[in-house]
Amino acid sequence: MSITELTALELGAKIKAGELSAVEAATEALAQIKKKEKDINAFVTVDEEGALKRAAEVQKRIDAGELKDSPIAGVPVGIKDNMCTEGLKTTCSSKILYNYIPTYTSTAVDKLEKAGAVMVGKTNMDEFAMGSTTETSHFGATKNPWNLNNVPGGSSGGSAAAVSAAEVPFALGSDTGGSIRQPCSYCGVTGIKPTYGTVSRYGLIAYGSSLDQIGPIAKNVSDCAAVLDIIAGKDQKDSTSMERELDFSAALVDDVKGLKIGIPKDYFGEGLNSEVSQKIMDAAKVLESKGAILEEFDLGLVKYAIPAYYVIACAEASSNLERFDGVKYGYRTEQYDGLHDMYKRTRSEGFGAEVKRRIMLGSFVLSSGYYDAYYLKALRVKALIKESFDKAFSKYDLILGPAAPTTAPEIGKSLSDPIQMYLGDIYTVSLNLAGLPGVSTPCGLDSKGLPVGLQLTADCFKEKNIIRAAYAYECTGEFQPSPVACV
Amino acid sequence: MSKEYETVIGLEVHVELATKTKIFCGCTTAFGGAPNTHTCPVCTGLPGSLPVLNKQVVEYAIAVGLATNCDITRYGKFDRKNYFYPDNPQNYQISQLYLPICTNGHVDIETEDGVKKSIGIHEIHMEEDAGKLVHDEWGDSSIVDFNRSGVPLIEIVSEPDMRSAAEVIAYLDKLRLTIQYLGASDCKLNEGSMRADVNISVREKGSDKFGTRTEMKNLNSFKAIEHAIKGETERQIDIIEAGGSVVQETRRWDDIKESSHAMRSKEDAKDYRYFPEPDLVPVVVSDEWIETIRSRQPEMRDEKIARYVSDYELPEYDAKILTSSRRMAGIFEAANELCKKPKKVSNWLMTETMRLMKETGTEADDLKFSPENLAKLIDMVDASEINGKVAKEVFEKIFAEDVDPAAYVKEHDLGAVNDDGALREVIKEVMEANPKAIEDYRGGKEKALGAIVGQTMKRMQGKANPGMINDILKELLG
Repeated sequence: MSITELTALELGAKIKAGELSAVEAATEALAQIKKKEKDINAFVTVDEEGALKRAAEVQKRIDAGELKDSPIAGVPVGIKDNMCTEGLKTTCSSKILYNYIPTYTSTAVDKLEKAGAVMVGKTNMDEFAMGSTTETSHFGATKNPWNLNNVPGGSSGGSAAAVSAAEVPFALGSDTGGSIRQPCSYCGVTGIKPTYGTVSRYGLIAYGSSLDQIGPIAKNVSDCAAVLDIIAGKDQKDSTSMERELDFSAALVDDVKGLKIGIPKDYFGEGLNSEVSQKIMDAAKVLESKGAILEEFDLGLVKYAIPAYYVIACAEASSNLERFDGVKYGYRTEQYDGLHDMYKRTRSEGFGAEVKRRIMLGSFVLSSGYYDAYYLKALRVKALIKESFDKAFSKYDLILGPAAPTTAPEIGKSLSDPIQMYLGDIYTVSLNLAGLPGVSTPCGLDSKGLPVGLQLTADCFKEKNIIRAAYAYECTGEFQPSPVACV
Repeated sequence: MSKEYETVIGLEVHVELATKTKIFCGCTTAFGGAPNTHTCPVCTGLPGSLPVLNKQVVEYAIAVGLATNCDITRYGKFDRKNYFYPDNPQNYQISQLYLPICTNGHVDIETEDGVKKSIGIHEIHMEEDAGKLVHDEWGDSSIVDFNRSGVPLIEIVSEPDMRSAAEVIAYLDKLRLTIQYLGASDCKLNEGSMRADVNISVREKGSDKFGTRTEMKNLNSFKAIEHAIKGETERQIDIIEAGGSVVQETRRWDDIKESSHAMRSKEDAKDYRYFPEPDLVPVVVSDEWIETIRSRQPEMRDEKIARYVSDYELPEYDAKILTSSRRMAGIFEAANELCKKPKKVSNWLMTETMRLMKETGTEADDLKFSPENLAKLIDMVDASEINGKVAKEVFEKIFAEDVDPAAYVKEHDLGAVNDDGALREVIKEVMEANPKAIEDYRGGKEKALGAIVGQTMKRMQGKANPGMINDILKELLG
């Protein structure tokens, strides 16, 4: 078995045992990246020199007897390019930040580095995390490792594809409306969006601040739990981060006996691909056979989640992205006549079409005279959606459904019809609106050979329920990683 | 002017709070650092940075709210005010629109003419200051200093309850003193730690409808405020008298030209697209927190005036002057604590201190001398260790350099000569040298002795006890 086939925990164990060094692990990852990148384009920046230097430093710490408690010491990692990394370009896959080098490192990345993970590069994404395909990147689309004609999903498409193509054993993504779970579903890997407030957002370049969460993407749920153990926790620099119970790995138990699983009937209506539907129901049966109790129910309000989400996320984005103005850093237009002309040209040239669409939408819904009709109404819908989940979780330990209505679409098919693309977020956005944790884990392939993702959701702070169920499912060995993905 | 008009005035007062660190990060608020040295990712709005609220800002805002009879909001929020300008690194200001920390208060004012009135406070909200733009006169550019970016402010919005410049000044003075006493700000108009925007409209006297208002900015002194109100009132009346209508706009006061010009009208008023700041959690204020802050409130000016009159038997006029700044009241109380002579302390502050302040152009808040040295000086005079004339001379040194009076008197040999024998000798000599004066005195000219006393004092280098000179002289003249 080649090194790149190993999971993060397997690789970490080998490094700890001295079977190979952190430098060897980084070298292998870099070689795989070199081999795969011309096809996949999962990375915006590959930091070969920095990675080898960091790996050598980590190996020194390991040799000095440090990092004994870290299961990922020396393990390579890819970081989504919207998390600030001191001294290393952080672009959000946008022209407007094409040359931006942060002066500080985000808390989540800092925690990983303290635990000895070795960052090898920054992964591609939809520009400013706005998109579901990673096609809106200024640095070119990322391809799905399962089929290079298809998208990897988005916006964390680079992170999901990098793990799927075995370029790195794990990566960090961010999820505002499904941006971890949907690409994991398309790429046949596992990702967790934690409860809002679990992982510090400090250093994450904001899209929709009240919805954004950082989470792990890996080959399996054990890796995800281990990474979450490291990156989670209250951060004094993020007021919205919370003191809460952690120790996610403790939930890695192959036992779902008596676990009550609700299946929303309203998730299985029009718009859901029948093959995806079948795979999800098959997965549910597997859990049932292991002792879980399944029950169908009406969640309600499902169709309202998407409009509410786009109003809130775009409103926040329109404000969050105001700072990119050509004054202080990043791209500035070459020719301009005065301050306001500089602003206009810089932003017109620096942002892509999808980002501009969302800035305009967000500015509109916050405008005087429209605020109540759109923004406030969306906040009320958000509260109602939370209520309907509260009701469901008074009966069920978790909710089971698809992560996306289809498998990965072909490149070039989505952006021409943005409304259709937005509707693809139907199963994921409501979790962000309600702050809930969710996992997407592979549950088979469709007839085209593309992966299907199973989404499990629990109440706030109940990650353990979804980790336990996903782990029990994984233990049955129902899903076999593709040979394409593991070469 | 055929009709009688009334000016209606409301104020928006910005006060820079005296916290050590900024409102949303740990950077210092100290003045005078090299440009962009008191900064971090948060106050320069770098991508990915997040604000964390400074608790002290909330405590100061609540303290001001309690002192101005406001309701304290128990569940408050911050909002983003969006506008593009390079002094604002995020292109939005974190402020409060929907749920400000304090609402519905009032302060009681008294104008110089003794008119008493209550002025309503609509709200007090917390917000961050912007950076400073420096326009390069020679080059084709502007540069930004973010040292002030994120310095905490409160904005106190009054109701349109004022009718004259005198009321506005009384109101501002009341706010200034209240906030200074709380220690929440030094409130200096000329240094910008207190800034007032004045909303002015005129209407026919007796009307219950408000006229169209204008907002006046850039008022850096009480004088500017007074002149701007007068000028704007006249300008608006002229427009109305000429059959025109006042345009709702923001105007900028020019201190040198003593006039204002329009900055922007309502038509180009920006849409700030306010919405709740998602990076901050709601500000939840408990009963206990309010009570803790209330229990720490210091004695305010009105209470001090009453106490000085009743406990120290000072005239109300003196009590008002002594309390007209927190620093002056502090010196009075501390010096009195040491020497227990309230009237004498008051006297030194009301006369010599005020005289020197006037001569040197010193504000009460900038008084440097310590109450200990004033108290010592008063005790020395009382013990006849120095005479009154020397005392005034020494006080000038205390005022300027805060010298220790005992050490200074010793060093310069200014101690009063209370030695009867030595003084007697000098007086005898002076008497012998001035037989004419003695003769005149004996002839009934009481004043003639003044020359003897004066010359004696001169021979004693001003250090003699004048009372003793008189006594000895009269004894010798028998």
